[in-house]
Amino acid sequence: MNDIKRPLPNLEERDTEDFWAATLDHELHFQQCSHCDTIVFYPRSHCTGCTEGELISKAASGMGTVYTYSIIRQSYHPFFRNLIPYVVAWIDLDEGPRLLSNVIDTDWQAVHIGMRVQISWETHEGVNLPLFKAAQD
Amino acid sequence: MKQSRLAAIVGIHEFRDRDVMGELSALQIKAQSAARALADAGLNWSDVDAIYDAGEGGGMSGLNISEYFGIRPRVIDTTAVGGSSYQFHAAHALRDIAAGKARLALLTYGSTAHSDRRAIGVGGRAAGGLHPADNLDGFAGSTLIANYAMVAQRHMFDHGTTSAQLAEISVATRLHAMRNPDAVRAMEDLEFLDIRETTIDDVLNSRVIADPLHLLECCMISDGGGALVIAAADVARDCRKKPVWIIGTGEATRYPTMGGDITTSAAVESGAIAFAEAGVTPSEIDIAMIYDSFSITVLTLLEDLGFCDKGEGGSYVTGGRLRFDRPSEGPALNTDGGGLSSNHPGMRGIFLLLEATRQLRGESTAQVDNAKLSIAHGNGGMLGSRHTGGTIILAAD
Repeated sequence: MNDIKRPLPNLEERDTEDFWAATLDHELHFQQCSHCDTIVFYPRSHCTGCTEGELISKAASGMGTVYTYSIIRQSYHPFFRNLIPYVVAWIDLDEGPRLLSNVIDTDWQAVHIGMRVQISWETHEGVNLPLFKAAQD
Repeated sequence: MKQSRLAAIVGIHEFRDRDVMGELSALQIKAQSAARALADAGLNWSDVDAIYDAGEGGGMSGLNISEYFGIRPRVIDTTAVGGSSYQFHAAHALRDIAAGKARLALLTYGSTAHSDRRAIGVGGRAAGGLHPADNLDGFAGSTLIANYAMVAQRHMFDHGTTSAQLAEISVATRLHAMRNPDAVRAMEDLEFLDIRETTIDDVLNSRVIADPLHLLECCMISDGGGALVIAAADVARDCRKKPVWIIGTGEATRYPTMGGDITTSAAVESGAIAFAEAGVTPSEIDIAMIYDSFSITVLTLLEDLGFCDKGEGGSYVTGGRLRFDRPSEGPALNTDGGGLSSNHPGMRGIFLLLEATRQLRGESTAQVDNAKLSIAHGNGGMLGSRHTGGTIILAAD
């Protein structure tokens, strides 16, 4: 009924192509330096903490906490306007990185700062999107 | 501490039309504004030897804008860091003049955002962009307003800030706008409903765009532009208008980090640098021109610049304290009507400097008696995400 597509990432963008490829295995990757342990997120090909190390991709647990959020009531985007009201949130992953995403399958009035969330993959051809829903205890 | 008297703002112009109905280009707005600003100073194109440009008129702007204006500058600076670009330009103009590399600097801005029907705030960011950060989170459908709303939500959570407190910023700004004929005409041309002074309830009763921000907490999207001429001290003394000295500048950047506090901005760093250079404190400032993309932007920046402690912004702005007619209670805020109610074509930074200068000349429509010190702080990019802070402190003789 709604054939307007959600915007999807460019899978050939050099810094993020491995991140998106990993989502096909339902893995959410972040990077950590083999030399200085700096965590790098969003993905890059260089360590921002030192000039020596190599960045190693690691899979996050998929668990996190809502750092902050907003309920969007107005959007002119042809896809997102049909989702209104919907929740955008900065999610602090348990491993540290902070990710901008949506909280879905949850009463939007119940979303709150500090809420525990878990990853909920939305499947697309060639890529899965890391959305979040209320954590199940 | 002896304040710097090396460079001064000597010419200003704010383009009056906020809706050019598609009949002018951004470049034309820049050039017409530049001519008027030069005339304001009693100078000509041929006097300009340094150009500062944020590139909104097109690529290779340092070269192309020079030809378009018909000047041959010996200093070219195309710093483009969003809405604060003009604070960075003013800082660099002072530096270049102090170094003897330039004597007369020209800063210009032009935009047809309204005519182009750019839904800047609620368009949703497109995915598939070339920057890896955007390629990572474009799928979420966040909007520019939602980004600021998330700062407000966290500020409320951490500090107990309320929507009624944030509304004070909109109310004071509209009060100032109603005194400014150009702002009133802007609101008429952009078809604002119910153009009048507002109350806190008016703001709270306007519709929510992205929780917790209401319509009347969001800036307009206008056409517009302006120009600013900065001169070396010896040139400034011979200009038509009295000089407004640049006595302190600061620049800083912040971006998302693990565990970072998004209610604190780069203004912490840029403000501290600028105040130290100027040798003044926030309590001495008469006029606070603070980038008002949204109510929360002002609240956050007032805290970060040191007008109150972090978390105290809500109580600080309460009770009409920001009005131009309460000088004993601290600086007047955005006395031209701000981006909320006068002029926001996308990058407001130049207008902060223009009104700060008008106040120190005694030319504002919400004039603060005997105003001597102004601050103009621009925030570029997105508060709470990747952004720049540019602080300029200005002094009248």
